[in-house]
Amino acid sequence: MRNYILYGLGAAAALLIARDINVIAGLPREASQGAIFKIIFFHVPMAMTAMLCSFVALIGSVMFLLTKNFKYDALAVSVTEVGLAFLAANLVTGSIWGRVIWGIWWAWDARLTSALVCWLLYAGYLALRNAIEEPTQRATFAAVFSIFAFIDVPIVIFSIKWWRTQHPAPVFWGGGSIPGAWAAVAGWNWLAMVLLGTVLIAIRLRQEDSQREIDSLRRMAHAL
Amino acid sequence: MQFLRQVLVITAKDLRAEIRTKEAVNSSLAFAVVILLLFSFAFDAFEDTAKEMAGGLLWIVFAFSGTLILNRSFARELPNDCLDALISAPLSGAALFLGKALGNFVLVLAVELISLPVFGIFSNVHWTQQFWQLMLVLVLGTWAMTVVGTIFSALTVNIRLREVMLPMLTYPILVPALMAAMQLTMGLVLGKPIGPDTVMWLKMLIGFDVMYTAASVLLVETVLVG
Repeated sequence: MRNYILYGLGAAAALLIARDINVIAGLPREASQGAIFKIIFFHVPMAMTAMLCSFVALIGSVMFLLTKNFKYDALAVSVTEVGLAFLAANLVTGSIWGRVIWGIWWAWDARLTSALVCWLLYAGYLALRNAIEEPTQRATFAAVFSIFAFIDVPIVIFSIKWWRTQHPAPVFWGGGSIPGAWAAVAGWNWLAMVLLGTVLIAIRLRQEDSQREIDSLRRMAHAL
Repeated sequence: MQFLRQVLVITAKDLRAEIRTKEAVNSSLAFAVVILLLFSFAFDAFEDTAKEMAGGLLWIVFAFSGTLILNRSFARELPNDCLDALISAPLSGAALFLGKALGNFVLVLAVELISLPVFGIFSNVHWTQQFWQLMLVLVLGTWAMTVVGTIFSALTVNIRLREVMLPMLTYPILVPALMAAMQLTMGLVLGKPIGPDTVMWLKMLIGFDVMYTAASVLLVETVLVG
């Protein structure tokens, strides 16, 4: 049954992404930026998905510390990995846009810098996990670090905002303006990204399950 | 009161051990001077642009050399199973953590206070013009470094690649605190006092200190005992 749900979700995500690409291709070019503007329909939903992932990772980490149930640890690591991938894609799409519009691949602007710092924080989480062998210790320490990292995210964002801002004012909420129909396209693509993320997380969760099973079998074999 | 005494006992123990061996402080101090020397190759100390950057560079020196002390903080308890003895001793994890953090704070601050005049000479900067404000920033920035560094030192003490993991985990977390300290210090070493345009950095530094001290005290029991 779980298999079918997973296939169904995967198919829905693929269909929705295909539909969104089709819609985005059909949109008129933006007046001042041209075709490159359309990258925003992937750029922003990916950032939002990554933020959602970091929040779910926090919930998973806190729940693990409270219950010591390894399911939550598996959730935290799966969500963090997938979120990190989305954030990386967000950085890359932003960089491509910057090259066309600003003429440079990277600017030490508020949003770019805070996204990079967040990426480094959660990359550190995965590196920490890799360095610990014992499962309980790994899960506990990783959960503690995840909480520390999550506390840091808003402080990083605000501090770097004070430091400098070059990024265009967000067109969806505050500052910029965007036609309602275009916002709907971005909303649909966010749904597509969340669906895609959910499927990836579900696959990753399964790998964690099998990994635990293999570990316990190996321990049993050693005991015999 | 009991709690405070326990904290101070741990701090005194750590400082006594360090004063007898001087291993962490000596290596940290030597490292700080080496980095200052390397900076002088990278930037011409007699140019105004280099002087404007000097305050920022200073915190890079502090962050790098501080890590050497923080790395040793819990690692020094590993031989003879001292860490297990400390954890099973009749004192709370919070007292153990705060005691260690305080000890590290004194050591890191000592290294910073010795490297400051060296920095002043090497970079040709009259850093004493805003002495007390600079000391305030130094204390707040160093506490941010030591509180995060101490909890992660406890986190990484038993794992592979300990020496590599600690800076990799602490520096990204410390980004806001280091940024605030750098922004404040850059003005202060040039003689500009903290004004309305920079006071927000001071507030942020205090906020960072409070938040991470609270989070560390809450989570240290989990890290030490599991």
